[in-house]
Amino acid sequence: MEHPIFFLTKLLEVLGLGPFAHTYPHVIFTWLIMLLLIIFGWIATKAIQLVPYGGQNLFEAVIDGVENFQVEVMGEHGRVFFPMIATFFIFIFMSNVMGLVPGFFSPTANINTTLACALIVFITTHIVGVKFHGPKYIKHFLGPIWWLAPLMLPIEIIGHLSRVLSLTLRLFGNIMGEDLVLGILLLLAGQFLAPLPMMFLAIFTSFVQAFIFSLLSMLYISGAMEHAH
Amino acid sequence: MARKVVVLTAIALLSMVAVAFAEANPQVAAAGLNVYFGVVLAAGLAIGIAALGTGIGQGIGLRGAVEGVARNPEASGKITVTMLIGLAMIESLAIYALVVALILLYAYPMAMPIAKMIGLPM
Repeated sequence: MEHPIFFLTKLLEVLGLGPFAHTYPHVIFTWLIMLLLIIFGWIATKAIQLVPYGGQNLFEAVIDGVENFQVEVMGEHGRVFFPMIATFFIFIFMSNVMGLVPGFFSPTANINTTLACALIVFITTHIVGVKFHGPKYIKHFLGPIWWLAPLMLPIEIIGHLSRVLSLTLRLFGNIMGEDLVLGILLLLAGQFLAPLPMMFLAIFTSFVQAFIFSLLSMLYISGAMEHAH
Repeated sequence: MARKVVVLTAIALLSMVAVAFAEANPQVAAAGLNVYFGVVLAAGLAIGIAALGTGIGQGIGLRGAVEGVARNPEASGKITVTMLIGLAMIESLAIYALVVALILLYAYPMAMPIAKMIGLPM
């Protein structure tokens, strides 16, 4: 399959950063998403009113929805993690949808981006566990019965490591598979607008994958905060 | 009769692929072709069997959700959200199989050791 053409890569080639742009398109498009989100956020909060209107209304709806859902899942003491979870949700949703626009690339279609997000969640889980429970955090790994502990410890450690793997591969596989199918349909029957039905499905699965990632992050963090079995 | 034609055409095409692989040695070509055949078969079977399991699993989950809504139409919102979460979890197993198939096809795992073993000049 040929190498696809991206707008930002072409732009950076003109500016002289060609080799960097060709090997790291996911980094460049992550910067683009960061820029877009900062600009949207700034525009929406330029003139905050008590009765929201326009962009502020949209953002209030999104933030309110995510916050209510999160407090429902994690409880009141989980409110502290709201910025991280909401950032994951909005960033991953924007990244997934960006791959559908011709000429752009999803950063989440590259395993480095998804691995970075999963590692952040994993490390946050353990730091939260140690902060809340201190050294007794090890009880989370030992299982309910004390004489099963030598068996439960490796199983729990492998389970925790598999969380990183599953978060990474779920997001990466879904988004890269989607982009791959769109590319193949384009090669096969592009003049009959064949990718279009797949794009409708892709918007839905982009939202679902972003939602699942943030939901699993919430569940892992709240699992580290609660008492052991 | 049509089936015989299809099978013979496939064998002819595959032998032409073997000629493309052979540098000087027909045994190396046969070994290379076997590796290629194995890889392609594995990739195809991986995603096929994964899709089978995912289809059955998601169908059973969906049945539970629809029965729940049928019993209690007021809880339809929560049941739908729970069902979607469950479907995405089950789907991720098929995605793991897809990633394995793509690794086999596009990342050539163990290409150098296998090439040395069968004697291909790489």
